[in-house]
Amino acid sequence: MKARPIVWLTWGALIFFMLNLVGIVGAVVTNSFAESWFGTWLPNGYTGKWYGEAWRDYRLLDVLAVTFQVAIAVVVISVLIGVPTAYALARRNFPGKKLLNVLFLLPILMPPMTYGIPLATVLYKFHLAGSMAGVIAANLVPAVPFVVLTMTPFIEQIDTKIESAARMCGANTVAIFTRVLAPLLVPGILAASILVLVRTVGMFELTFLTAGPTSQTLVVSLYEAMSSAGIRPQQMVDSMAVIYTGSMLLLLVIALRFVNPTQLVTRLKDPA
Amino acid sequence: MAGQRFAELHLDHVRRVFGDTVALKGMDLTIKGGEFVALLGPSGCGKSTALNCLAGLLPLTGGRITLDGRRIDDLPPEKRGFGMVFQNYALFPHMSVRRNVGFGLSMRKTPRAELTRRVDEAVRLVQLEEHQHKFPAQLSGGQQQRVAIARAIVLEPPLVLMDEPLSNLDAALRLEMRTEIRRLHQSLGLTTVYVTHDQEEALALADRLVVLRLGEVQQVGSPEEVYAHPVNRYVAGFMGYRNMIPVTVTAQDDERATVRADGVELVGVKSEEVADSAVAAVRPEDFAVVTEAGENTLDATVEIVEYHGREQAVEARLRDGTQLHVRTNSRLAPGDAIRLRVPVERVLVFS
Amino acid sequence: MTALPSLRDQRSLERASLKHRLAEKGVDRVLWLLVPGAVFVVLLFVYPFLYGLQLSFQPKGGGNPFQNYITFFSDEYSAETVWITLRLGLPAALFNVLASIPIAFRMRGRFRGKRALTTLLVVPITLGTVLTAEGLLAFFGPTGWFNRIWIALGADEPAKLTHNYWGVLFSLVITGFPFAFLLTLSYLSGIDPTLEQAAATLGASKRQRFRTITMPLLAPGLAVTFCLSFVLAFSVFPSAVMVGNPAGETHVMSIAAYETALRDNDFAMGSAIAMLMALVMLIVIGVVLIWRTTLYRGATGGKG
Repeated sequence: MKARPIVWLTWGALIFFMLNLVGIVGAVVTNSFAESWFGTWLPNGYTGKWYGEAWRDYRLLDVLAVTFQVAIAVVVISVLIGVPTAYALARRNFPGKKLLNVLFLLPILMPPMTYGIPLATVLYKFHLAGSMAGVIAANLVPAVPFVVLTMTPFIEQIDTKIESAARMCGANTVAIFTRVLAPLLVPGILAASILVLVRTVGMFELTFLTAGPTSQTLVVSLYEAMSSAGIRPQQMVDSMAVIYTGSMLLLLVIALRFVNPTQLVTRLKDPA
Repeated sequence: MAGQRFAELHLDHVRRVFGDTVALKGMDLTIKGGEFVALLGPSGCGKSTALNCLAGLLPLTGGRITLDGRRIDDLPPEKRGFGMVFQNYALFPHMSVRRNVGFGLSMRKTPRAELTRRVDEAVRLVQLEEHQHKFPAQLSGGQQQRVAIARAIVLEPPLVLMDEPLSNLDAALRLEMRTEIRRLHQSLGLTTVYVTHDQEEALALADRLVVLRLGEVQQVGSPEEVYAHPVNRYVAGFMGYRNMIPVTVTAQDDERATVRADGVELVGVKSEEVADSAVAAVRPEDFAVVTEAGENTLDATVEIVEYHGREQAVEARLRDGTQLHVRTNSRLAPGDAIRLRVPVERVLVFS
Repeated sequence: MTALPSLRDQRSLERASLKHRLAEKGVDRVLWLLVPGAVFVVLLFVYPFLYGLQLSFQPKGGGNPFQNYITFFSDEYSAETVWITLRLGLPAALFNVLASIPIAFRMRGRFRGKRALTTLLVVPITLGTVLTAEGLLAFFGPTGWFNRIWIALGADEPAKLTHNYWGVLFSLVITGFPFAFLLTLSYLSGIDPTLEQAAATLGASKRQRFRTITMPLLAPGLAVTFCLSFVLAFSVFPSAVMVGNPAGETHVMSIAAYETALRDNDFAMGSAIAMLMALVMLIVIGVVLIWRTTLYRGATGGKG
């Protein structure tokens, strides 16, 4: 076995990466439970009080409610818009299809900052920035293309003959969608929804650019809390970060029950 | 159960173009109510295109389809009311056998009691009573095929379209389902258009054969007509005339032609005017291995022998190098010199 | 066969099939389904982008339409952001892609604990930038666990790994690696393993198989992975503020764009920087994708 050293190196590097990762997460979790912790190996006492204080001081219940509302709205709207679009793109060849494909790819390929700043400008112009509607609109920009991109292969793998068969049985377009396609697409829609949910809860830039004081999601208020640290103890920020990560982890565990981990990232077939 | 009969379905110059390729070059065909018509040809001949145009699943590039004088090619498939059986069955994977079969009826808002009665009848007709609550994935290929057929015929459609329905089954099951389809046609009298590339299947099932090649109709006729009197070399080749011997025509009258092959004179029948150089088409089973000299005989050397039970399939070669396919009951071995005789009416001379 | 239809007949045959001819071009009622999607992408993506583009040519103070761009490049502090961003984004993306190849290779096939290990590698996605930043500050900080071990191992002074370039790079690796790894894994599992087995029966060694079979089939996927990793790293914003040195060493383009637009309220200049960001990113991706067109991009024989 010649490849031995490479194998050992790979595992070694992986273990080193993992140890650091555990250290990084461990440091935050430890600190969130620390009475105080300065220049020692471990804190000099443990307490759970920071969670309660963070929950009250940062009004986390409100923030979580906003986060939840935004995420659900984004999921529902992006599925309603994205699935029909994906269907038309998967099933038809029409003039201008290439252009439309590129337009649906760009919001995923572009860093959110590049279109987020002009988008925020436009939203300010129409007095939508700062409101929940503005945050939802901004988050839809990458979410709809994401649904289109994940659903297209799902739809492509449904045999067109099945639709033809339904037509030959007398089903019209509405009946084909509700009776044949929808039941077959449920797993795909579920997967896409969960992925959009995870991405929206984690989406920082777009929400940060468009949110006002009452429309902040958890990531943004976490960032604000950290930037304005010094006023409140570090442990409170850390416990909030742990709450955020905990909820993301929960979402991820749910997501992994329904989707293959490789689907968590976009599977681009041919972006060129 | 009996379909709503129509008198005549008319395909009028139906054309279909895919990009640069012409899949169907102006097809004219009349189908009478109650008929079993087979569209026969190799892949790419346009037979499936014709079927899909008839179903409404493919738009026409030109032409017109009328049903008893009423124009139907502008109707979407769901408004035409035809039944269709697909090559890969296209069963709805998320529905049980019963729901698959009843799907068309529920689309037509059939009252519950009638729906139950008709689904029961269709399921019984294709002998799937035991499996009616299973899902397609739990069924064998043959059973799935029965579901697809039941789904198409439960609506008692004026026309049933079948797109190579047996090609995904193994040989034994194919024979069984072939008989089944013929039995259903005889008992229900549903007008059927059946697409296949298998000449044996077409001959066994159809009342009328339509042989297609490169989007053009070559011959329309009863199985006997097409089998015994193919109109050209192409149809002959498709009907099992495996030997196409290149010959020189030495004399011809209205019915017969005298040709020279491998230095020997042969007499055959012709169905079209032939030029000097032509081919003589002969089926492998029409050769007889003989010992004495005589009319219409060829001398050949045996090269390969395949054992097929009662018969042998033999490949032999003439002195000029032409290869012959022969089926015979005589026991031969490679290297044997043989003499083959073929009756005059079984030699077809084509240009 | 019937005689050829007369000219009039023929014309009526052609004219009546207009619906068919449209359907031929793929134009039928199904396309109505595209309307919501198309309206959405035009309204929320194309329009704002074009609006930003024209805004960037209307400098706050009026005058030369290119003034914003001239200002950006003539001011060394802002011009340097391009270089700073590339210096962070390119190595981070490259590292993430290269590191995922050997690991994805180990994850092929079935073995015990594969699912657990995959999950473990994916977990960093949930961390979010803030927890990562807090963790990096605490763990790699001067009195953090890492430096304690570092000094215990005999170093003279703690390594400076936060509030500078390295802190941001670590953060980009932690958040970006799972994405790169998952993409690489999905591309790799799309390659039919029997191709390698076939090469083995023809006498190719492990290394030869990797070089001549797997790599050429994987390369186009790696190009895409690199592009996506780069996009992710290029838009670095929160971590550059929190674990970097946002006024100096890690003053990246997105910080410049954000501060100009929303802190100084100069939307025109902010848009100009955003447009430049898009341009730089498109150039890098363009170069990679052009290189990709020189590769074999057909089927890889797998089920993926």
